Amino acid sequence: MAIHKGRGFACINYPIGMNLGGDPSQALVHSTPDGKFMVSLSSIDLGQGMKSVTRQIAAETLGVPVSDVYVDTADSDTGPHCMGSFASRGTHRVGNAVIRAATEARKALLEAAAEELEVNATDLETDGQGNIQVKGAPGRTITVADTAIAAQFKQGRTLSGRGIFLIPPSDVDPDTGEMTPVSCFAHAALVVDLEVDDETGEVSVTEINSAYEVGRALNPRLVEQQLIGGAWMGVSHALYETTEPYYPDRSHGPVDFNTYLMPGPGEVVNHNIAVLERPAEDAPFGGKGPGEMCANPVLPAIANAVYNAVGVRCDTLPITPEKVLRGILANGGARPQGAR
Amino acid sequence: MTKKPVQFQLNGSPVAVFSDEGQNLLDLLRRGVGDLSPKYGCGQGTCGSCTVIIDGEPRLSCLTLAETVEGQHVETTNGLANGPDLHALQEAFMENFAAQCGYCTPGMLMAAKALLDRTPRPSRAEIVEAISGNICRCTGYEPIIDAILAASGQPTRRTG
Ligand code: FES
Ligand code: FES
Repeated sequence: MAIHKGRGFACINYPIGMNLGGDPSQALVHSTPDGKFMVSLSSIDLGQGMKSVTRQIAAETLGVPVSDVYVDTADSDTGPHCMGSFASRGTHRVGNAVIRAATEARKALLEAAAEELEVNATDLETDGQGNIQVKGAPGRTITVADTAIAAQFKQGRTLSGRGIFLIPPSDVDPDTGEMTPVSCFAHAALVVDLEVDDETGEVSVTEINSAYEVGRALNPRLVEQQLIGGAWMGVSHALYETTEPYYPDRSHGPVDFNTYLMPGPGEVVNHNIAVLERPAEDAPFGGKGPGEMCANPVLPAIANAVYNAVGVRCDTLPITPEKVLRGILANGGARPQGAR
Repeated sequence: MTKKPVQFQLNGSPVAVFSDEGQNLLDLLRRGVGDLSPKYGCGQGTCGSCTVIIDGEPRLSCLTLAETVEGQHVETTNGLANGPDLHALQEAFMENFAAQCGYCTPGMLMAAKALLDRTPRPSRAEIVEAISGNICRCTGYEPIIDAILAASGQPTRRTG
């Protein structure tokens, strides 16, 4: 009886969003009378950082400090339409809509400032610190706050913008079946090292090494956070969590956290991540977002590593000790595949 | 239903409320006192999101009969910050990106605080042990372990 080491590899091309129905999202941007900007979305931040990233995108586009931008994702009844937070589409689709809305709002902001400074709006620039100045004449300047006050109380103008991002619809060619369901892909490669106990059938992941290409990492720490948490979930799906219809039948299904298995803090393994930045052309500031694919490649990599360790090919998930032991038994013993 | 008066200290301030018969502390804190910082995850002691500190010990408030805290000191996440000054653990959770959806966070913070109050420089194994009753679906635990290491002034896996 022995512990066998195994290494498995997997890579992934992951579609960002889906092109069905154009996959639209909208954003509205408006300034408050004191020169702060509000971004209204119906896109939900469920912890992945939608609010942080759209805030950065809006601030960058408007040319104002991040601290002067608020993102409100409160309510799909009162907010502009969004398809939703799924399919890894948030950064790309919503980010693009925010850029458009913020661009329109910036135009209104510069026009209002131009009226106050009695210059042409095209001669103005923002310094990103809350000021608007005449290009080449930094002395002629007005704050964003004063511009907003003037727009609100003197000019009778809103500093606001609307934005929508819609992918051109792609129909299926009836002759060839050809279509373009996806316009933007992210990529990753991942290596899992693990150990298989051929007496108990237990699999323990020992290390994960991964490389992710997610366009530009708009918020590198958030990207890393997604990749760490997602890989944990991948390990959980590969080795622990059993979904419908359950084995051997539904009555064995988990009913609470006592019976629904997930790895705990004691099972955390070292995960080394390399993020490769290749800004995507049609993405907001080049960022595609890691999204769902942070969990996906872990599953096949673990399945491959189990095969590498003991020669058992598990083609259903999760890879339970029972499946590993039955596989070893059917093979007449563990068959380590060796290093390649 | 008979109501029972209960008096205890909540985050250093005296509280006097009536508890319903059989009411658990989580329910009393959230509905009776209005402290929404402890979260209801499972109501059966398996997730840790309702963790509070009672007389220095981490406790699952969903499994604690409310009337039993009579005369005791209860701490919740609401009491961690001192005005605008965040607790070292809150700062460290922020710096280490230890929360995503945040549902587990109050429980994690209280489990971690109970540990650090007892053991100011815990080992990684002690940290894992201290939060092993707290489920997190989002972070993969590593950033939380790092945050607790950082809050106790120790190097993290990230900072080496
Ligand atoms: S709500 Fe108390 S442990 Fe889950
Ligand atoms: S941050 Fe979502 S459960 Fe822990």
